[in-house]
Amino acid sequence: MIATLLKRDLGRFLPGTTSGGTLLPLLFFLAVAMLYPFAVGPNATLLAATGGGVIWVAALLAAILPLDRLLASDVHEGFFDQWALRGISEEVVVAVRLLAHWLSFGPFIMLAAIPASALVGIDGETLRIVELGLLAGTPGLAAIGIIIAAITVGLRSGGAALSGLLVIPLAVPLLIFGAGALSTGGDGGLALTAAISLLLVALAPFAGGAAIRAAREG
Amino acid sequence: MEACRLAASDIACRRGDRLLFARLSLSLEGGEALQVAGANGIGKSSLIRILAGLLRPFEGKVEREGMIGLLDERPALDNDQPLGKALSFWTKLDGHEAPMGRLGLAALQDVPVRYLSTGQRKRAALARLISQQAPIWLLDEPLNGLDVDAVKLCEELVGEHCAAGGIAVIASHQPFTLKAMQTLSLAEHAL
Repeated sequence: MIATLLKRDLGRFLPGTTSGGTLLPLLFFLAVAMLYPFAVGPNATLLAATGGGVIWVAALLAAILPLDRLLASDVHEGFFDQWALRGISEEVVVAVRLLAHWLSFGPFIMLAAIPASALVGIDGETLRIVELGLLAGTPGLAAIGIIIAAITVGLRSGGAALSGLLVIPLAVPLLIFGAGALSTGGDGGLALTAAISLLLVALAPFAGGAAIRAAREG
Repeated sequence: MEACRLAASDIACRRGDRLLFARLSLSLEGGEALQVAGANGIGKSSLIRILAGLLRPFEGKVEREGMIGLLDERPALDNDQPLGKALSFWTKLDGHEAPMGRLGLAALQDVPVRYLSTGQRKRAALARLISQQAPIWLLDEPLNGLDVDAVKLCEELVGEHCAAGGIAVIASHQPFTLKAMQTLSLAEHAL
C-alpha cells in the first residue's frame, strides 16, 4: 500500500516526470546562484564569505515553490476521502508525501549546490559544510512545507502566497544553525540542524493529518 | 459478500449556522437499498458524508459494519494520467480488477482523465467503486451526466450489488429505478 502511494507521489513530484513535476525549483535555485555574483559585484572575498548563506536561502525558496501542489489538489479532488474510507489514515499519506516531496527536491538541490558553489566562488571545505548542512536541513524544510501545505489546504485562493509567508518564520531555526555552521565551521551547528529536522519530520505527519481532517469538517 | 449494516439514530446536520435536518433515523441491512430524495441544498450530500463517516453529525450517531464505498461528484482520478493508469492506482490499493468492458471504458484506457466527458468520468468512478468491492455503497447523484444507456447500466449495477447482499444509499433528485427500494424524503426532516 505504501509502495503504491509512494509510486504515485513520485510520479507527480519528481522533476521531469510527465504529470506536473517540474524542474522549476531546481532552475530557480541555480538562477539565484547565477545572478548573485552579478548583483554584488566581482569581489571574490565577499562572494566566498557570503556564498554559502546565499545557497541556503536559495534552497529554502526553492523548497517553497511546489507547496501549493503538495496536498491541496488531492483534498479537493476527493483522494483523501477515498483513502479514509479504505482505512488509510491521513498520517500515513502525509508521511509518504513528505518522503516524496523531499526526494523530489532535496537530492537535486544537493547536486545543484556543486555548480552553484562554483558560481558563487566558495572553496571545497565550505562546500562540504554546505552539503552536509543541506543533507541535515532539507528534510526539515520539506517537513515545514508539508505542514504549511496541510494547514492552508482549506484556502481556495491565496493559499500559495500565505504558505510562502508562513514558511519563513518556521524555517529561521534551520537557517540559523544550517547556515551558521558555515561561519563557526563546527559540527555543532550541523548537529542542531539535524536535530531540528528530525523533530519537524516526526511532527509533520501528525500535524498534517490533523490539519487535513479539520479541513474536511469545514 | 460479508455481512453489513448501516444504521443512523436521531442524527442532525448543521452546516455553518444552518440546521439542515434533524431527528433522522434509518437502518439498513444487507440487500436493502434506500433512495434519499429532496430538493437541491436540502442536505442530501451532507447526509451521505455523515453516513460515510467523513462529516461528524451535529447530533446522534451512525453505526456501520462493513467497508464504505463512496461515489460523489469527484472521481478521485489523476487528471493528467491516462484513464487506465489512474484507475490502476485504486485497483492496486483495493486488490481487485475494474470491469472496464462492461462500463464502456475499454477504448478509453489511454485517454488522459482531463479529456473525458462528465459521463465518462462518472463511469470511471463507477469502475473504481466496483473494484473496491465494499459492501456499503453511498452514491451521491450517481446519474449526473450519464446518458440513457449508462443510467440503465448504473441501475443494473446497483441492483446486482444489492442482490449480492450489499447495501446501497442513493442520494438523487432524479428518479432511480430499483426493485424493492425504500425512499427517504429529506424534506420531512428539514427544519
